[in-house]
Amino acid sequence: MRVLLNVVHRSAILRKTIEQGDRMSLVGARVIRKEDPNLLTGRGRFVDDLAPTGCLHMAYVRSLEAAALIRGVDLSDALAVDGVVAAYTIDDFAELPPLPSGPEGMDRPVLARERVLFAGEPVAVVVAVSKAIAADAAEAVQVDYESVPVVASIDAALAEGAPLVRPELGTNSPFAMGPDEAMAADVDAALAAAPNTASLRVVNQRCAPSPMEPQGCVADWGPSGLTLWATFQAPHHLRNKLVAYFGIPAHQARVIVGDVGGGFGSKIVFSPEYFLTSAISRKLGQPVKYVQTRSDAMVLTTHGRDQVHDVSVAFDDDGKVLALRLHVVQNVGAHPDATAMGLPVLTTWMASGCYAIPKIAAGFQVCLTNTTPIAAYRGAGRPEAAYMIERVMDLVADRTGLDPAEVRYRNFIQPDQMPYPSVTNEAVVYDAGDYPAALGELQRILEYDALRAEIAENNADPSKPLRGLGLSCWVEIAGFGPNGSLEGFGHLGSWESTSIKIQPDGSAIIAVGSTPQGQGTATTFAQIAADELGIGFDRISVRYGDTETVQQGIGTMGSRGVPVAGEGVKNGAAAIREKAKVIAAHLLEANPDDLEVADDAFHVRGTPTKSITWGEVAWASFQPLEIPEELGAGTLEDSRFQTVPNFSYPSGAYGCVVAIDRATGKITVERYVCIDDCGVVINPLLAEGQVHGGVAQGVAQALFEQMTYDEDGQPLTATLVDYLIPSAADLPSFESGRVVTPTPVNTLGAQGIGESGSVGAPPAVVNAVVDALRAGGADIDHIDMPVTPEKVWSVLRAHTDMGGELS
Amino acid sequence: MSATTSTVAVTIEVNGKARRLEVEARTLLVHLVREQLGLTGTHVGCDTSNCGACTVLLDSLAVKSCTVLAVQADGSTVETVESLAPPEGPLHPIQEGFRQEHGLQCGYCTPGMLMATKSLLADNADPDEDEIREALEGNLCRCTGYEMIVRSIRWAVEHPNGLEDPS
Repeated sequence: MRVLLNVVHRSAILRKTIEQGDRMSLVGARVIRKEDPNLLTGRGRFVDDLAPTGCLHMAYVRSLEAAALIRGVDLSDALAVDGVVAAYTIDDFAELPPLPSGPEGMDRPVLARERVLFAGEPVAVVVAVSKAIAADAAEAVQVDYESVPVVASIDAALAEGAPLVRPELGTNSPFAMGPDEAMAADVDAALAAAPNTASLRVVNQRCAPSPMEPQGCVADWGPSGLTLWATFQAPHHLRNKLVAYFGIPAHQARVIVGDVGGGFGSKIVFSPEYFLTSAISRKLGQPVKYVQTRSDAMVLTTHGRDQVHDVSVAFDDDGKVLALRLHVVQNVGAHPDATAMGLPVLTTWMASGCYAIPKIAAGFQVCLTNTTPIAAYRGAGRPEAAYMIERVMDLVADRTGLDPAEVRYRNFIQPDQMPYPSVTNEAVVYDAGDYPAALGELQRILEYDALRAEIAENNADPSKPLRGLGLSCWVEIAGFGPNGSLEGFGHLGSWESTSIKIQPDGSAIIAVGSTPQGQGTATTFAQIAADELGIGFDRISVRYGDTETVQQGIGTMGSRGVPVAGEGVKNGAAAIREKAKVIAAHLLEANPDDLEVADDAFHVRGTPTKSITWGEVAWASFQPLEIPEELGAGTLEDSRFQTVPNFSYPSGAYGCVVAIDRATGKITVERYVCIDDCGVVINPLLAEGQVHGGVAQGVAQALFEQMTYDEDGQPLTATLVDYLIPSAADLPSFESGRVVTPTPVNTLGAQGIGESGSVGAPPAVVNAVVDALRAGGADIDHIDMPVTPEKVWSVLRAHTDMGGELS
Repeated sequence: MSATTSTVAVTIEVNGKARRLEVEARTLLVHLVREQLGLTGTHVGCDTSNCGACTVLLDSLAVKSCTVLAVQADGSTVETVESLAPPEGPLHPIQEGFRQEHGLQCGYCTPGMLMATKSLLADNADPDEDEIREALEGNLCRCTGYEMIVRSIRWAVEHPNGLEDPS
């Protein structure tokens, strides 16, 4: 078995070598994953798989009201249930400070205190010997609510005289950041003087990140300290928060993150259960477990997006964009998370898209509502920007009568303008990209001109479905981030820690602060290290997710794994290789400069018979008498905190063809072509997987998904029956292509790829739908996501003679 | 108020071994498998039978084990992901297909996908892309976008003996 797997690796390597004609390299090879055998055989270890001896189970009592004063909580019926150990309200945790998130003055108590601000907010907890008993008993808790007026949407919250979510603030919009005043005046003047202007209101709807594994944790607080197993993307941040929150020393707090079933940004939020289960375990002296049901998850796990954009654009008759004004309203829900405050910042930063727009005034305000808190969701602020600017480019194409591709070419930032400082903010300097090349490659694969002609011919035949073609030329921010960036918005950037230790047999263990949820970090990092060390891929393990074995870390978010931690692995491995060469040279009585390392051995260049294995060198490295005196035992290890000088800006061009049933409005995605440029690709198989997953979430946002509330703040999509995560039958095949523009930001040349698909996908789909509807005679500029058959049918019905009768 | 405590004896063959168990009448098959038998490869992803993470084979048919009471499985055979490959042996061709074609990322939906695939291939040994997509409609994946799952299943179809296939 093992031999066969090695053969597969080897053939993949050889294929790549033959294609590229360079030395045998794992970086760039289609290597299958180290992670898979456990996950394929049921031997993964997710939080819900854990049940320490004596483990108790916690259940939340969730608020039924979206806004109410709590007049009383009666736990007595719950406490009478057989198997219930305890039940608590916030009064039982008087010593616990508010949760460590959100801006000042908008604290969130660990359980609702005196009032609830969104439907589902935890009001009390029940602890029992089984999850089922805890759930039963939670239903027996009686809460006396006094309803108060609700604002469940941006429009309701910002209306004149609207009820206040947090009356003590005196406003529902407690924070705003305007554009630079001089720039704003400039843009206003440009809009007033421009030969053409156009405006759009674009809604980026609220989505539920919905990793297939809901959030959960197990806390075990004994005399020697606290251990918390958690579904989390940043275990060290969680450990540090627990330490600060409980006032305990860090050496007695350990966070362990095992296998995590997807995160997409939602698992970087300091949810109440991490603190509650810990506190209860301390009180009761037993482990305490909480794993969300999906019903919990839909209202308790943070949501993403939920922005409204008002955008105005000035452009000349040649389709050249002269100026852009953007105002973003960010719904942050009832309890603003630190990352939520960062979302509109990133949106305004990326308002320029791929285009050299000379004047941009972009600002935002945040808006409180009686809804689930908003935080990061795959792309976090950049999908919203890409959607806005790509809808604007189609609007300019429509107004000027130019082809949408031509408008984009006329406005692109050119490759020779890189690095390109955006006018949106001094922090934004695009590192690398070739936007015309990406669009050109997309057009080539689509056979663009022929396809446009074919679609026009198709649309002239009323017996055929309406067809439309949409483009999306997008750019986003990855590789979070240079020191000092985004520090006001949680814990999203700066360095990443890496540590490499050569074992006595010449194998290697790498420990990293990255904490993946399916990205394949153990595989890509081993590829990078194998190339640098000359140690076989199968002789390298990558560890993460345990604060006791990884010395500090930031975590996995903002597409930072490869560009930041991967760079640290590369540099650390190179440093070890050079020290190992000194030992090998010493043992071989050769000059270190004459050595090369490959296939687990050091060879004297030009003298193939003179070599020594990595195992012999590694063993010697622990024998002080066998190595040069200045090295000392245990020299073959490297720990570093890798930093990067800039973000990276992956980009690409996506094309989508949709067909719309003229009678019913049903939309079918017939083709989806993705051209990505993330710089140098470490593993094309995994990179393609990241793009597919992101595109699937982007297509889902465009066509299917929306967290919906009624005006009383009741969620209408709080199960997977109502919240439409697409299945295999709902999504198309994806065609992939690639442009490679290496970034100068790191020596790998890699920009990051985790969020690209979700950034680029929605506008391609919506542009295709608008293209089809306009071809069918509908005089519309825009249609909001999710573009449901009902919305499309209504447009056809209102604007054309299409749209069948309701039966 | 007191919790339900009445129990029922069931006999179920799980992964080839006959098991006689006492279960609460309300116990779901997924909880029996995960909590009483410790077979945690079968996952729970929702509470409305939408996600399919809990898919197992019940008398060779794919079922969502969160929708089957343990007592309904009395006298039946149950196969979970743990049955696909022997502990030290080669992966099942379906597992190998998912490995070769990157049909999994986080791995949470994967056991359900594998069991749904086993049921599909038992019914149709050579499904095309549309048939695969249709057959997996009840299994949600949030990571892959499904394209590579489709390719994985085609790999398994084309390599019925897994990596040991001479082709």
